[in-house]
Amino acid sequence: MLRYAIKRVLQLIPILIGVSMLVFLIMQLTPGDPAKLILGPRASQETLEAYRRELGLHLPIWQQYLNWIGNVLRGNLGNSLHFKKPVTDLIMERLAATLILSIASMILATVFGVVTGVISATKQYSLADRTMMTLALIGFCLPVFWFGLLLQFVFSIRLGWFPASGINSPGVTGWQDMAWHLVLPSIALAVGAMATIARMTRSSMLEVIRQDYIRTARAKGVSWREISYNHALRNALIPVVTVVGSQFGYLLSGQILLEVVFNWPGLGQLMVNGIMYRDFPLVQGTVLVVAAMYVVVNLIVDLLYGFLDPRIKYEEN
Amino acid sequence: MDDQALLSVEGLKTYFFIDKDVYRAVDDVSFTIRPKRTLALVGESGSGKSVSASSILQIVPDPPGKIVAGTIRLEGENLLDKTENQMRKIRGKKISMIFQEPMTSLNPVFKIGKQIEEAILLHQDFVDASGKKLPKREVKKLARQQTIDMLAAVGIPNPAQRINDYPHQLSGGMRQRVMIAMALVCHPKLIIADEPTSALDVTVQAQIRKLLRKLQDEFDTAVLLITHDLGVVAENAHDVAVMYGGQIVEIAPVDEIFARPLHPYTQGLMLSIPRIDKDEQKLYVIEGTVPNPAYFPPGCRFALRCPKAQPRCHAAIPELVYLTGDHAVRCFIAQEKYWTVSESLVRESAVVEVVEEGLDGGSEAVEVLNEALDGGSEAVEVIEEVLDV
Repeated sequence: MLRYAIKRVLQLIPILIGVSMLVFLIMQLTPGDPAKLILGPRASQETLEAYRRELGLHLPIWQQYLNWIGNVLRGNLGNSLHFKKPVTDLIMERLAATLILSIASMILATVFGVVTGVISATKQYSLADRTMMTLALIGFCLPVFWFGLLLQFVFSIRLGWFPASGINSPGVTGWQDMAWHLVLPSIALAVGAMATIARMTRSSMLEVIRQDYIRTARAKGVSWREISYNHALRNALIPVVTVVGSQFGYLLSGQILLEVVFNWPGLGQLMVNGIMYRDFPLVQGTVLVVAAMYVVVNLIVDLLYGFLDPRIKYEEN
Repeated sequence: MDDQALLSVEGLKTYFFIDKDVYRAVDDVSFTIRPKRTLALVGESGSGKSVSASSILQIVPDPPGKIVAGTIRLEGENLLDKTENQMRKIRGKKISMIFQEPMTSLNPVFKIGKQIEEAILLHQDFVDASGKKLPKREVKKLARQQTIDMLAAVGIPNPAQRINDYPHQLSGGMRQRVMIAMALVCHPKLIIADEPTSALDVTVQAQIRKLLRKLQDEFDTAVLLITHDLGVVAENAHDVAVMYGGQIVEIAPVDEIFARPLHPYTQGLMLSIPRIDKDEQKLYVIEGTVPNPAYFPPGCRFALRCPKAQPRCHAAIPELVYLTGDHAVRCFIAQEKYWTVSESLVRESAVVEVVEEGLDGGSEAVEVLNEALDGGSEAVEVIEEVLDV
């Protein structure tokens, strides 16, 4: 188990190198000259050239990449062109906010998704099942930013129950205030993943409930409730956990938009700013960190399989 | 019907409602099981054996299955009147079940020890001398010990280590031993064994059957043995009920049914057993297939395949009638034949009486005897017919 974990962590390195190359190339291949954007259209040719030299943009692409990745490995993601600050510092300032929102949404999506799926499966074709699965289908189709705006409009502007934006009220600190601010964005973000998890749990549970060992548990005198949440769910969770891992990717991409909608001071907002200002060190840095988060979550998912199903072993043959 | 019955099933009907069809999987089934005895329920696939068994524990998947009529009395109490919560206290405690597929009948994600302990913790109260409940840790320890003892009783080596194994670490035979341990651990009065050895290879089958018989004696348990293997029946059962098309067509003690099968279906089954002492080229085949339980013919369920069928067989369903104290058959022809035979048996005994009387009476006897023999060509015929049965 430990060996497998170490092996998987080492495997992250080539994956992240691949990601870094992609990110770097995309920024290089998109049209637009960062020097022009920053110095303005009226800058002279000489000034532009000098600035490009200063940034190292005159070098061949492969050399630019090697310079960048060499710095990245030393923990230096370069300086933001727009904010005039080290990208690493900018990311560290905002990482916590992003993690809070994404983890809260993921917990929300998983808990409600799994419970809904189990109820739906144990009461197949009932009114509750049909209602929940219809809602799940709708939730699955909702665009995150649109649903976020809708929640803001109804629960914040009209009803005034929750704050519309930000992570804290001005001049207020403390987790209660933050939790208050977290409600709407985390719901908006969780809905899509919740719907997918619910549908996956339902179909997985339906398959498991027909298994012989469920009948054995019934014949032993175990209650339906205990059978559903203990005997069946444990077996049904493996495909669900896989979905949770992949949903985390969708969730992160939705979060980029949603942080803008809710003015949530996280990485997504930072990334959008970076894109708008053609601040390529900032975009490269933020994308790399988000990609690393996704990869790490999926590593955790892989390790979870072993806990859920004793038949899965992580030993080498 | 039977005062000492442990379980008596009367007129049980379990139907499956699928789309617009009604599948009469179990259609008027009655039988009784006495304490410590084994009743074998035999029949081919789809005859309703397993559904009858699941009906007793009320674990028929609902929907689509429903018990629509009948009574199931365990020690006099009708189980069909019980609530789900009351039934849960009977399942695994008073009646437990062993299934056909040991490979899939154990939960793959739980240790076998935990799966057996679950039954103990569900059904047993652990109290001290003054009747107070023991603390949780004590209970866990006692349950664990019982589990280990039970695993030892079913012949699993190193039970104290094996309790930490997962099902996939055990062979099929070992898993079936675990299932048996789970079924017996609360000392049930009745075990329903649904084809307990069909999925195992032959040498293991024999071991498991031997084990079941041994434990049945040790634990004083009655067994409802469901099987399609007449060899298993002959070896294990006290009584046999033959099922066809959701109904019992014949019930008798095991020796009786092998010696004198009365129903044409039972006779067909007996003829189709391969025998080591006869050099047969081809086994007997019952022509045709089992009718679809959604579209049974109006008359006898077996009539379409029956070599002896008469017009009346297609018109009405015969009743299951006890011809002697313990031999019942659901067949017009067998019943009628039995009655004519028994009628002539009465006459025959009258003849014997006359003969004996005659022998006593000396010279007069010869006369009487002659007279009897004269009128007795008919009697001889009757006697021959009797012997032929």
